[in-house]
Amino acid sequence: MNFLSIFVLIPFLMMVALLFAKNRNQINFIAASGSILLLIFTGLVTYLFVTERAAGNVAEMLFRADTVWYAPFNIHYSVGIDGISIAMLLLTSIIVFTGVFASWRIDPLPKEFFLWFCLLSIGVYGFFISIDLFTMFMYYEIALIPMYLLIGIWGTGKKEYAAMKLTLMLMGGSALLMVGILGIYYFSGAQSMNILDIAQKHIPLSAQYFLFPLTFMGFGVLGALFPFHTWSPDGHASAPTAVSMLHAGVLMKLGGYGAFRVAMYLMPEAAHEMAWIFLILTGISVVYGAFSAVVQTDLKYINAYSSVSHCGLVLFAILMQNETAMTGAIMQMLSHGLMTALFFALIGMIYGRTHTRLITEMGGLMKILPFLGVSYVIAGLASLGLPGLSGFVAEMTIFVGSFQEVDTFHRALTISAAASIVITAVYILRVVGKILYGKVQNPHHEDLSDATWWERISVVTLIIAIVALGSLPLWISNLIHESLTPVVNNLMR
Amino acid sequence: MNYASFLQLHDELSLLALIVILLIYDTFANEAKMRYFQPIAILLFSIHTLLNCVPRTSFEVAGGMYQYVPMLTYVKTILNVGTLIVFLQAHHWLNGASSIIRRGEFYFLTLSTLLGMYFMMSAGHFLLFFIGIETASIPMATLVAFNKSNHKSAEAGAKYILSAVFASGISLFGMSLIYGATGTLYFNDLATALTGGPLQLLAMVFFAVGLLFKISLVPFHLWTPDVYEGAPTNITSYLSVISKGSAVFVLFTILIKVFGSMVHEWQAVLYGIIVLSITVGNIFAIRQQNLKRFLAFSSISQAGYILLGVISGSAMGMSSLVYYVLVYGFSNLAAFGVIAIIENHSQKLNIKDYNGLYRTNPKLSVVMMFALFSLAGIPPFAGFFSKFFIFSAAIQQGFYVLVFIALVNTIISLYYYLLVVKAMFLTNSDDAIAPIRSDLALKVSLVICTAAILVIGLFSSIYNQINVFGFGM
Repeated sequence: MNFLSIFVLIPFLMMVALLFAKNRNQINFIAASGSILLLIFTGLVTYLFVTERAAGNVAEMLFRADTVWYAPFNIHYSVGIDGISIAMLLLTSIIVFTGVFASWRIDPLPKEFFLWFCLLSIGVYGFFISIDLFTMFMYYEIALIPMYLLIGIWGTGKKEYAAMKLTLMLMGGSALLMVGILGIYYFSGAQSMNILDIAQKHIPLSAQYFLFPLTFMGFGVLGALFPFHTWSPDGHASAPTAVSMLHAGVLMKLGGYGAFRVAMYLMPEAAHEMAWIFLILTGISVVYGAFSAVVQTDLKYINAYSSVSHCGLVLFAILMQNETAMTGAIMQMLSHGLMTALFFALIGMIYGRTHTRLITEMGGLMKILPFLGVSYVIAGLASLGLPGLSGFVAEMTIFVGSFQEVDTFHRALTISAAASIVITAVYILRVVGKILYGKVQNPHHEDLSDATWWERISVVTLIIAIVALGSLPLWISNLIHESLTPVVNNLMR
Repeated sequence: MNYASFLQLHDELSLLALIVILLIYDTFANEAKMRYFQPIAILLFSIHTLLNCVPRTSFEVAGGMYQYVPMLTYVKTILNVGTLIVFLQAHHWLNGASSIIRRGEFYFLTLSTLLGMYFMMSAGHFLLFFIGIETASIPMATLVAFNKSNHKSAEAGAKYILSAVFASGISLFGMSLIYGATGTLYFNDLATALTGGPLQLLAMVFFAVGLLFKISLVPFHLWTPDVYEGAPTNITSYLSVISKGSAVFVLFTILIKVFGSMVHEWQAVLYGIIVLSITVGNIFAIRQQNLKRFLAFSSISQAGYILLGVISGSAMGMSSLVYYVLVYGFSNLAAFGVIAIIENHSQKLNIKDYNGLYRTNPKLSVVMMFALFSLAGIPPFAGFFSKFFIFSAAIQQGFYVLVFIALVNTIISLYYYLLVVKAMFLTNSDDAIAPIRSDLALKVSLVICTAAILVIGLFSSIYNQINVFGFGM
């Protein structure tokens, strides 16, 4: 164990402290101070990482620590981070921080809500710092189960159905994954389940042909790969605000990150051969998700389908298997995480006031709720790729990277995927026009009050992050870039 | 067999001494002294557990009729601890009006079945094995019918004894075929004498029926739901954990030791049985409303998972099997403990009655949820680790498709476990079960179970201990 485990320790200590909390103030204090601590710690680790790299440390993973856990199965508790993990950890800390402030007035059972919320963050943080297949898988599953209770108890709409659907589909994904990782371990003949060790070995081709689809689909379920995306709209629409934020913002990234780190990295030959199947599927995700968003009338469903489309783009870019596209994929994970969290936070805040999420029942909110209205426009612009905001940087990099693949198949797919940008503009502008401008639909909406201070903290933090990523993309792309090299080298072998 | 080697059986001897002491106490103590009967019984039994928890080196007594391997100490300790938890959970129920005069019998009968299981597990000869399995079955039927005034309990007792006797009859027929084919019943001789001829195969299948019945695997499971439902809840938990755990271990050792030459044949048989047990158990569990029937079907599918350790036949399979039994035992005992408390206080047993339980009894609901998540194999609970290890052991031997089927079934099982969690946490109800104050013994038992569910997985030392003495083909 080294200092990276503090990422898991802080939420754990928060859980312990929450058990003793007596009233809402104490609960909020614990949640807020814990999430601030996490944010500071992430900044610190980023700083350490950057200085270490600047000092010329070229190891694939930095700050590695390895403790034997279950010796008979060669299971180690091993942690380590590279630039991609840093990017994901930053994203997680921002979303956890803003999520806490977005659920400042959660009701009922605030204590239980934050307990499960912390367990969820343990899973997410643990996943991003692990480099051992078993620990990774364990953290992945830890992140799944709190979702059921969080959606089931605090959700809205047909929450019980949505919670059950989400949990079972994601468990289905993890079932595929479990066969996949056990297969990887036994076929590689490695002496540990450590990803870096397994990458040194060669998994027989015949095994790769069935292990690659298993692992890719297993992670793909979480990354909303068509046709396994159906949990996502229902789940996101029913979840409480902070959970939608964390789930769409971070948890769906577990899928992309895992597909990249495990499926692509460890089984490059099969990835090369079978990419076309999944490229078609992700292409469908991208276009179909965008079209579905156009016809929805519920704000959360619109954003959930747009997430399917954007997360599809992440997997799409990973499958292109060149450095530029993959850089774009990681940027897209960051960008989409921030954007979608901002959307869900705003939708939650608007819903908390108007008690409706149907765009037909809202109008003219810009005059009544100027802060939320302006923020919604910013989120929308980021989503449709306005230069200067994060969405542009990410999507641009992805499409430039994809276009480098010169054959007709890849070109055609890239062009049709790029069409999703136009469709995105359609549904974003439609929503903005409908709910923010025009006549006020419901006279009761006239007396609504604008965002409170805790809501402002949450929204402003996310907007700052989006603008920062959009205007200073090189810093983060350099961070990602060097960490991509080993994976790309493996693929080119 | 001389006196010194006789003393080597001290597991069995100390249990026997305990049984005799309790029997005499129960017979001669007056009403005032009987008040201390339960605490004394629990105390003595804990001492017995502690005395016999250190593994020794392997030995054989009586020409190989009784065989000891160090792993047996672990298995016996697991069974002892499980029994101890059952005693703690039964404490309050036994002091109730209807069962207070029979509390002595309860301890006597339970410990007798345990003694039978000891002999069954240590047997190195089919005769001792048969005596053991019968000693374990017949008092068990009495226990199932313990609430004799209750129609369902009496019916369950009759069902259990009739089907158990039928199963042992078939098993005995198998043993006689083995004797006919080879002329010996010693496990040591049989290992070389059995070569896999048609008659021997028939004998193996007949013999296995008796054990498969006790483990309640499909297609020998039909007694399970009725007996589990009818028996007093504490007996049900004993039946589902202790009785099942010992039988699984014996199945593994005998298949390896005696029928090692027919490994492909019994693997093929077990393959089918595992697929059937897991699937049938899961699919039937979905429809159950009564929690005891629900856990009966869940335990059928759990037994299927445990058999994944048997089918792998390796040392890793053996240790992950014992580990699985340990984890499954604590989880199931916790679940049954909660069900028993609620049944004692409100006579309610249906999933619907648990609606809104979290608002009135938060601690019981949390224990129940932990137990169910552990059974479903969700981290950080111990069930995740035991499932991972047993799947790992099976995959190591190349059973990819089988493990995949098992994994698909864990999704189904998660669905029905979540139904209970949903009732307790998500659904609100106006007539939720009123807050319950449970007695000290019960609290202790639930705390032990919960701590075990949380700790056994995260700390690897327990598995590593078990793993030292695993053996396979």
